[in-house]
Amino acid sequence: MHMRTLDQTTQEVVDLASKHFNVPAGSLAPSDDFFKKLGIDSLQALELLSRLENHFGIELPDYEVQGVSDFRTLAERIQSRL
Amino acid sequence: MLDLSKYQSIGAALKDALTAFSRETCLIEADRDREKERLTYKDFQNRAHPLARALQDTGFSAGYRASIIMTNQSKWLISAYSIFFAGGVLVPLDYKLAASEHWQLLKHSGARVLITEYPIWRQLAAAPERASAENVKLVLVTEAPANADLAGAQRWEEFRNSNEPTFAPRERKDIACIVYSSGTGGRPKGCMMTHENYLEQCVALTSLYPFWPGVRYLSILPTNHAIDFMVGFFGPFICGACVIHLRTLRPEFVREAFPKYKITYVSLVPLVLKNLQKGLQARFDELPSGKRKIFDFLVAANKALTKSKPRPGLSRKLLSQIHANFGGELRAIIVGGAFTEPQTLQFFYDLGIPVANGYGLTEAGTAITVNDLNPFRADTVGKPLPGMEIKIVAPAEDGVGEVYVRGKTIMAGYLNDPELTTETFSDSWLKTGDLGRIDPTGHLILSGRKKNMIVTEEGKNIYPEDIENAFESLPVKEFCVFAANYVWPKRSMVGEQLILALHLENNQEYTDSLRNDIIARNNRLLNYKRVHGVVLLGEDFPRTASLKIKRNILAERLAQLDRTSAILSL
Repeated sequence: MHMRTLDQTTQEVVDLASKHFNVPAGSLAPSDDFFKKLGIDSLQALELLSRLENHFGIELPDYEVQGVSDFRTLAERIQSRL
Repeated sequence: MLDLSKYQSIGAALKDALTAFSRETCLIEADRDREKERLTYKDFQNRAHPLARALQDTGFSAGYRASIIMTNQSKWLISAYSIFFAGGVLVPLDYKLAASEHWQLLKHSGARVLITEYPIWRQLAAAPERASAENVKLVLVTEAPANADLAGAQRWEEFRNSNEPTFAPRERKDIACIVYSSGTGGRPKGCMMTHENYLEQCVALTSLYPFWPGVRYLSILPTNHAIDFMVGFFGPFICGACVIHLRTLRPEFVREAFPKYKITYVSLVPLVLKNLQKGLQARFDELPSGKRKIFDFLVAANKALTKSKPRPGLSRKLLSQIHANFGGELRAIIVGGAFTEPQTLQFFYDLGIPVANGYGLTEAGTAITVNDLNPFRADTVGKPLPGMEIKIVAPAEDGVGEVYVRGKTIMAGYLNDPELTTETFSDSWLKTGDLGRIDPTGHLILSGRKKNMIVTEEGKNIYPEDIENAFESLPVKEFCVFAANYVWPKRSMVGEQLILALHLENNQEYTDSLRNDIIARNNRLLNYKRVHGVVLLGEDFPRTASLKIKRNILAERLAQLDRTSAILSL
């Protein structure tokens, strides 16, 4: 099984988010605030989380992403559970 | 239901409820699709009493304060009951706050004990502010991994003594809970709620929305919030009903919970209700035109037949598929925490799912008014609950004025802040700071705010002064944050925004770099606390002798500007 680097994980998170919310690939950056950039609310962010869980094959408890609003931090939380 | 008029305290009523309903199921806890736990009232007692005893062994006694910072789960309620049993005062805090905010409120509340979850404790323990809250002597942490560093805390699961605890009686006038209605960053507003406040509110609410053994309440709103504390803990418990906790609140798992547990009641914030509406509407729009016509006809029929009062049996038959998604036994969605738009309320009512909306303030107990569905009035927030008096002060020509309330559920005052308490009351009347009028049928119609604050659709109260820290040392002469509707009064309860008023230095210009600095600081705030735009004012801010900004006078000056052109969006 190959291990992803944090950069790879981050890129996959960004790609999935752009797919899920239908924005052009390349328009999102790791440091972006996804609430602001995508104009989404906390519930839509939870939807994204479910999609990420399926993709990475992990469970992310809600508390892990409490207060997280940028892709890179989100990727770090995922990385620690891979 | 227990006869609450016989009781002096929350603890005494709950103690009897655990015996009276000992064989009924009181709690179900699920994580995703896995059911983790199912407890009867007897099981609950067996979990709680050893905790109460162990607390008492540390010297914890009547009047001592204990805080809970946890997500919704069975251990929240077990801990709360143990605190009340030992005569303690509960300080429920919002688990979504930042660690520094938690410590600030823990310090302010004077809590001696903190009960929390390991992931939250990990952050709290690492925060430098911990050192300042010396009053917290004992920390109990749930669900800590086997080899975890507890940083001075003890494991909740191991903190127990099997000897019987001693029940500590309290009186109705004693403080039961200190509930923070806001005050992170600025001036903490710790509402001192008495046992009487809760006992009376429970009687009033259950007279409209009753619980009984067999009712299943889905607990989603945080339990520290007055609504979930009442309808997701105290109310159902004294009636022998069952509370369901989900450890994750992802929409897909919440959706599954309705049919799986045949939910009777649920409480939601307006934002979630609106999302639910959007999802349903999208599904209706996808129906092929033939089916859509039939569906529209059934909704119209249901609407006509439930005009004067809800008929749940009939609605479930007419619109069986919709109701099946909700488990088929949903009696009402309780919506609270913020204002709900009438069209959302009407949407659900027309589908045969009554939405119990209302109006409340932490300071006034759980609710002041509730829609009694008799008949349903989507354009109002309902009538005053039994025992609650409302008056409209200094009404304008259209009858709109500030809403004052009085009754047995109003708080005793703000903790450690007699000055703020005095400002908030006019004799025995609580000044709500909200504007509204009473219609001829006795329904309250809210129409705006008089106070400088906003409430988000997620039910968060935001006081502008509480977020000014984020702009500390901004390179300008002075700044101040306002609710836009406070500066430019508007007859509206929706679309509220915050603005940052700036006074630049002489010769300073509002440059891109300043704007970017503001955006960067703004982005460090949680998304619901962010300011929407900047307003420039070319004069000194009015200040008191002690150099505090006179907000009301500054607001009057800003109000002379044209709202639309004055707000420079970020």
